[in-house]
Amino acid sequence: MIGAPDYRLQRNPFGRLELTTADGETHVGVVPVRAFPISAPDEGIGLVDPDGHELAWIARLSELPEDLRRLLESELAGREFVPEIKRLISVSSFATPSTWEVETDRRTTRFVLKGEEDIRRLDNSALLIADSHGMHFLIRDRYALDAPSRRLLDRFL
Amino acid sequence: MTSATDSPPSHGAAFAAAVEQTPSPLPAGWSARVQAQLAADEAVLAWLEIDLDASLRFAAGLILVTNTRLLAMSSDDASLRAWPYQTGLRLSRSDHAGVGTLELCTTDARLAQWHYTLAADVAAGRLIDHFARQLDFTLTGRPPPAPTQRLCASCETPLLAGQEQCPLCSKEIHQPPSTWTLLRLGRFARPYRGQLLAGFTLSLLSTAATLVPPYLTMPLMDKVLIPYQNGQLIDPALVALYLSGLLGAALLAWILGWARTYILALVSERIGADLRTATYEHLLTLSQEYFGGKRTGDLMARIGSETDRINVFLSLHLLDFATDVLMILMTTVILMSIDVRLALVTLLPLPIIAWLIHIVRERLRTGFERVDRVWAEVTNVLADTIPGIRVVKAFAQEARETSRFRTANAHNLEVNDRVNKIWSLFSPTVTLLTEFGLLIVWAFGIWQIASDHISVGVLTAFLAYISRFYLRLDSMSRIVSVTQKAAAGAKRIFDILDHVSSVPEPTTPVHLPQVSGRIELRGVGFRYGTRSVTRDISIAIAPGEMVGLVGHSGSGKSTLVNLICRFYDVSEGAILIDGVDIRSLPVAEYRKHIGLVLQEPFLFFGTIAENIAYGKPEATRAEVVAAARAAHAHEFILRLPHGYDSLVGERGQALSGGERQRISIARALLIDPPILILDEATSSVDTSTEKEIQKALDNLVRGRTTIAIAHRLSTLRDADRLVVLDRGSVVEVGSHAQLMACEGHYYRLYQAQARNVDQEDSLRSLDLARPSEGERP
Repeated sequence: MIGAPDYRLQRNPFGRLELTTADGETHVGVVPVRAFPISAPDEGIGLVDPDGHELAWIARLSELPEDLRRLLESELAGREFVPEIKRLISVSSFATPSTWEVETDRRTTRFVLKGEEDIRRLDNSALLIADSHGMHFLIRDRYALDAPSRRLLDRFL
Repeated sequence: MTSATDSPPSHGAAFAAAVEQTPSPLPAGWSARVQAQLAADEAVLAWLEIDLDASLRFAAGLILVTNTRLLAMSSDDASLRAWPYQTGLRLSRSDHAGVGTLELCTTDARLAQWHYTLAADVAAGRLIDHFARQLDFTLTGRPPPAPTQRLCASCETPLLAGQEQCPLCSKEIHQPPSTWTLLRLGRFARPYRGQLLAGFTLSLLSTAATLVPPYLTMPLMDKVLIPYQNGQLIDPALVALYLSGLLGAALLAWILGWARTYILALVSERIGADLRTATYEHLLTLSQEYFGGKRTGDLMARIGSETDRINVFLSLHLLDFATDVLMILMTTVILMSIDVRLALVTLLPLPIIAWLIHIVRERLRTGFERVDRVWAEVTNVLADTIPGIRVVKAFAQEARETSRFRTANAHNLEVNDRVNKIWSLFSPTVTLLTEFGLLIVWAFGIWQIASDHISVGVLTAFLAYISRFYLRLDSMSRIVSVTQKAAAGAKRIFDILDHVSSVPEPTTPVHLPQVSGRIELRGVGFRYGTRSVTRDISIAIAPGEMVGLVGHSGSGKSTLVNLICRFYDVSEGAILIDGVDIRSLPVAEYRKHIGLVLQEPFLFFGTIAENIAYGKPEATRAEVVAAARAAHAHEFILRLPHGYDSLVGERGQALSGGERQRISIARALLIDPPILILDEATSSVDTSTEKEIQKALDNLVRGRTTIAIAHRLSTLRDADRLVVLDRGSVVEVGSHAQLMACEGHYYRLYQAQARNVDQEDSLRSLDLARPSEGERP
């Protein structure tokens, strides 16, 4: 079902999203939030105002008209930050805290792993790793990593 | 660390007043580029190294605040963007999901934005601060007010009296523990030096005694048995001498071995106990944050079974290993003294076995580490389910929990299987090598006897030695696995011991014997992970004042209380008590001044009297009763079969919520704290019980600085002031009447609740119509 939503969304000069509802009310600083950022990123996106109140709900990103979807995707891209680890280059030690140097989809970086419990097992073979600042790194499929990375990673699992 | 407040103004008189601190030197790699861009009279006031680019990829960049403009450059290209100071320019930061964003706006549009990971957040705040000050100075010509406090040179957190090190910066050190973890157990062995020395001396002697019998086989063979075969008679005196030598050596070895094992077992048991206590003691000093991130089962496994494993390792395996090494060394010396060539051939397989052990060591260690972790996973399932058993049963999820346990167990099996695969191959291989070794000795020995180089006695002695020798080598190979297990255990113990509390004890503590109860929050911000929970909260509370914290759930009320109790440390700003930063007071001493009544009162296993006297174990019975009376708990306690000596269960199941709450109020009353914190103290009970508790609280609050959180706003009517919080910031402050009059946030909250209370009252009248169900058991 593709139907135009009953609200309008646009970007203002401050780079913020502005949502105008059907009854003409305008909300500035609207933020799209994924409800299931890891398990189903394209399903269930809430548009919330700066106070955290929900203004609109998008069941599926793909159901939106093209321009609106682009706008939301660009906004989401600017807000979402879960680098995906493609390769482990080195780890400083197998005992935590350990500094990891990794290659991600957003280039290489280093972070400090505080403890093994910061590696969270998601469904299947995905891992979510929180660094010392609480930033999250994703390993989508740990069996798809190359052998040296897997060997390093195994020491922490 | 330097106090830079008195540094000479080196950037020219025009803005000297604005420069209170010299900025820390630019990071390497940037300074050359920066210098090339700066005008002759331009000086850098502050800088921020960012680590993300516009599309949120990792890339370095630099933002600079100089005396004339804001500069930004990135490592990707040579471009430089600059914005001179002008009216309406504003620099602000925000953060979301671990990414900080810095925005530069004019009054009608955004000029630029930059991203950084939160490691740079404090530096970003400092940059904005410098920017705002310099902008103001450039536009108005008025020098900004100089900061009055001494600031940390690297992050500009206010440093307070007695603080040498910035509490924020020193928290960020991440040092991995060394791999020689087991050697670190030496710290616990030091008090038992004497006994250990005695034990090893005994080891040496008893090992030497066990090496006598094989030596005696040589003369027995050469001087008794072979001459007899050649037709000579046996000399009974000589035989008796050798045999009594054998017996004596055996007895000596027995006594020495017993004494050695006893002493060393005794010592290792004590080391284990010390280790356990030290770990527990350290664990309790760690902050709430640590316990928030760990699971109970895992911590219990670490303190319980890991210390036990280390203990067994020290008392049995390490001892055996030491004996084995001694044995091998002594045997080598003896063999060498008898016949060098045969000795060399005998020892030939030794390096091969040593190499084999080395290979397997690495693989086994990682394997055993994993076994440990998996085991913790199994206990975690138990620790999750057993306390939550009511929920499990209520939702009929027993089967699901069982399958969760089965999965964890299957994981455990799988990991163990993999380790056992290597391990099972290891022992037989060593045995095989032993057999090869014996074979070599036989072959070489026979050839040597045939060519008359050695006697039959020498070969017999060698064979006797060598079979013991390899037997020991076999048991030595076992040490590999137990050492690795113990090392893995020690690592997990030291993980706890090495963990520095995120609420560190001050290096030079300030002591406050008397506290008047004046609390001041200065620009307090707190971040939990990447989520910023409270920001820039400033409240001053006078001694004896009662302040109510009001707000929706999630508005940061409990966080604020946790910060005041110093369960967590503030991320920004400071909390002062009687004008002293709470971070410069010893943690335990500070908490003695605070009485805390929580929503879910926790009662320990023990009697009611013990629970009331928890914060002051030396309290007299009269004091306990007085506290209970003031808390309106006395009467219901007397109704219990054993009065104050009644036992309450682990979670105080035998008492109702209101009763438990009054016991916890009595507990707080008994320590007579100048500061009192009530965190939703009445919200888990019904309104009639609340009235009882309220009476108890009135006694408690009198004359103390009180901070109360309550969902029911009616509870806070007596508060001198109400602080209304919304999404981590203070939105309104004032008395009930004032806040009602201005019809703001509080007014709306109150109105919303008043409607609910009406409904609750009508429900309650329905309740009363039913017959009462009597006293709780």
